[in-house]
Amino acid sequence: MNRETGVQSDGDRIYEPDYVPGHASGDRPMPENRDEVPDSPLPLVALDDPHLMPAAKNVKHTERWIAFLIVLASLGFAGYGAVYWQGGQPQLEGLTLGIGLLSIGAALAAWGKYLLPRGPFVEERHDMRSSDTEREQMAAAVIDRGKLVMRRRGFLGKMLAGAAGILGVVIAFPVIRSLGPLPKLALDKTNWRKGSYLVTIHGRKIKEDDLEVGGIITVFPPGYEGNAMDQTVLLRASTSPFTTKAGRETWTPKGYVAYSKVCTHAGCPVGLYQEQTQQLLCPCHQSVFDVLDGAQPVFGPAPRPLPQLPLMIDSEGYLRAQQPYDQPVGPGFWERS
Amino acid sequence: MNSTERALGWLDDRLGVGKGRSLLDKIFPDHWSFLLGEIALYSFVVLVLTGVFLSLYFVPSTKEIIYHGAYAPLRGKLVSEAYASTLKLSFSVRGGMVIRQMHHWAADVFVGAIAIHMMRIFFTGGFRKPRELNWMVGITLLMLAIVNGFLGYSLPYDLVSGTGLRIAYSIILSIPLVGSYLAFFLFGGAFPGNGIIEPRMFILHVLVVPIIIAALIGAHLFMLVRQKHAQFPGKGRTEHNVVGSPLYPTFMAKTLGLFFIVTGVLWMLGGLVQINPIWQYGPYQPYKVTYAVQPDWYMGWLDGAMRIMPSWEFTGFGHTIPLEVLLPAVLFPGLTFTLFYVWPFVEAKVTGDRAVHNILDFPRYRPKRTALGAAGVAFYFTLFSASATDVLANFFQVSLNTVLWSFRFLAIAVPVLVGLVTYRICKELAAMPVTDEPKRSVILSRTEAGEYVMEEAGMRPGDAPDDLDPIAVPARIGASVEDASTGGAGLPTR
Ligand code: HEM
Ligand code: FES
Repeated sequence: MNRETGVQSDGDRIYEPDYVPGHASGDRPMPENRDEVPDSPLPLVALDDPHLMPAAKNVKHTERWIAFLIVLASLGFAGYGAVYWQGGQPQLEGLTLGIGLLSIGAALAAWGKYLLPRGPFVEERHDMRSSDTEREQMAAAVIDRGKLVMRRRGFLGKMLAGAAGILGVVIAFPVIRSLGPLPKLALDKTNWRKGSYLVTIHGRKIKEDDLEVGGIITVFPPGYEGNAMDQTVLLRASTSPFTTKAGRETWTPKGYVAYSKVCTHAGCPVGLYQEQTQQLLCPCHQSVFDVLDGAQPVFGPAPRPLPQLPLMIDSEGYLRAQQPYDQPVGPGFWERS
Repeated sequence: MNSTERALGWLDDRLGVGKGRSLLDKIFPDHWSFLLGEIALYSFVVLVLTGVFLSLYFVPSTKEIIYHGAYAPLRGKLVSEAYASTLKLSFSVRGGMVIRQMHHWAADVFVGAIAIHMMRIFFTGGFRKPRELNWMVGITLLMLAIVNGFLGYSLPYDLVSGTGLRIAYSIILSIPLVGSYLAFFLFGGAFPGNGIIEPRMFILHVLVVPIIIAALIGAHLFMLVRQKHAQFPGKGRTEHNVVGSPLYPTFMAKTLGLFFIVTGVLWMLGGLVQINPIWQYGPYQPYKVTYAVQPDWYMGWLDGAMRIMPSWEFTGFGHTIPLEVLLPAVLFPGLTFTLFYVWPFVEAKVTGDRAVHNILDFPRYRPKRTALGAAGVAFYFTLFSASATDVLANFFQVSLNTVLWSFRFLAIAVPVLVGLVTYRICKELAAMPVTDEPKRSVILSRTEAGEYVMEEAGMRPGDAPDDLDPIAVPARIGASVEDASTGGAGLPTR
């Protein structure tokens, strides 16, 4: 504030002190004739106009009901306080406050519906469409001024678009690319290695006579207990080796067979084993896999057999993987060949 | 000048609120079907209120800890922090169980109310010009509500919702070209990822999606106020007016009442009817099997579609396209919502009707649209039922195979049948003579002389007051007839 000139300066901007006390709109007297302007076309209506009558047939009766509801609501609210104070109990909490809220709601709704003017009332509706002149002016403003911006500056416009394009591309990197790692081969490989022991969720190695015929257990490679992609079902279908598919003759020592537990449909754990039918069932969409036939899907939406883990029994009698899975486990994806 | 007048004056000096009086006169048609949108709105309010409460306790982390909380059977077990905090919310926070269950019930009611509201708009032609934009906003709201419901459902990381998340991962994975990248970016690795998905879902669920929903609700209501309500045909109702009750005070009282009724019902459900008892499912472990996996109801149609889809997978050229997932879980919902979005324009194109419509259709007078809509509802309902194939097979003691093939057949037959029957019913109804006379009860009495006399019983609560001609909302209300005797339309008011 420059005291001599009375001009306030803020950097290089100058504010003229045009504020005159007593002339702000709030203190300005209303125009004298304001009340004579018929600014509302709405009619004055008598209190006993039929439109203002309550819809209730028996007003006294309705009022009594509403009074009853409000009392009930107060009791409900107080009841909730008491229940909470006593340590809370879900059912009682639900009942007390629920009754309270419902009663208040019913009281208000009844008040509005039965005690307030029954109407009907009407309101005029104005077209959304503007007049032809307004439309023309709007269109002209947008188009003509737009032309003004671009007149003989087409090249600048193109440069601007180019810059925006570059921004659009580079901004996608922090916004999308930073979110997570690239898939690389993570979907193609599991942590099963040649010779991996089969261990339980608790890390205990499985021995050749741990399972009875008809037994089933979930196994993992050591160190990956609980891993979602490595989970494998180990079954004992018989006492002697059997062939699930040509070329897999040695994969089932002593009747043990192991399949990936990740459903080839949408990845749920396939864990329901029916011994009589020798089938594995997925609980999510009921795909059924034939244990004796290389886990070929025989029912449901699963498109592929569950990959089979080639097994062997080592000299100490431990079950181990002969080889890792020969294909990606789980549901399909674009890069899967 | 009384204090209300002074307060209004104060505000008017500063904001010009006096110019907004017509907003108080805004007319709301009195028809029950207009409550559906309000129920959706109030469910959302309840979701936000209860959700804020939940987020004061919920820990969005999949880090495993040993549980030693109030729920004895799980003590000593390894559970995620998310799961443990949801148990704490349920058992140790006083009032927490009710609020958590209320939140879940409110989510189910929210999506349900939106869906039924949308059907109401569809069958009455409320989406026609000039309301196409608002229809599209509504469809977006439906979609976001479903998405946010799924996110919230996944948060507690229990066995059932974790399995649902696994399926969601596979669905993302099924998208050609970008699927594996998308899945890795979102989850931070192969399923279940590096744990980042939980805080991400949390922030989406409690902040990002709700804010978008709130903004769209704002846009929805703004357009509603600007265009004013459409209305059913009736006495005194034209394309150029709206007949009903004014915002203040009638509608305000009624809708505030509805708000408390919705809140009360949801609160009561939250207290009395168990929902999502995650302590019975156990914490999520990717290798643990769940029985009868069922998502929340609004995901049922997708689950059903995934179940009855044949196992077609395309492989070739070194690539795989998992059509058995892509088709029912990506393309089908994509197509569904696209169809919803473009419907107003498709219908205008087919009928050639490009006029402005503020009077709603009675469904019976639009048999084709009504039949198509009914067929659509039947189709999605059949898919929804198909999400229970295992339960039905068990219940009826028939093979899953029978149930599956029945549903593949029913998914086509039921909609066709429902469509045809609806068409016939509409035609029959439309052919019946209409009486516009509202039904009134009569009082029949016998005089001493033995004569019978009949009189009209007059208005009763619930009788539609449409025997009167509608009048404009009075600016002023006089105390008596004398006050008003000089009054009348167009006279200056004071
Ligand atoms: C469109 C609106 C919303 C829908 C459809 C929705 C739905 C859900 C559902 C179904 C759950 C699972 C509840 C359970 O059974 O455990 C949930 C959980 C949760 N929601 Fe929401 N919600 C919505 C908005 C919000 C908002 C606005 C907030 C917070 C400001 C919120 C916070 C939470 C929290 C913290 C949880 C986890 C706690 C728990 O699982 O109980 N939600 N939500
Ligand atoms: S995930 Fe196994 S059938 Fe769908």
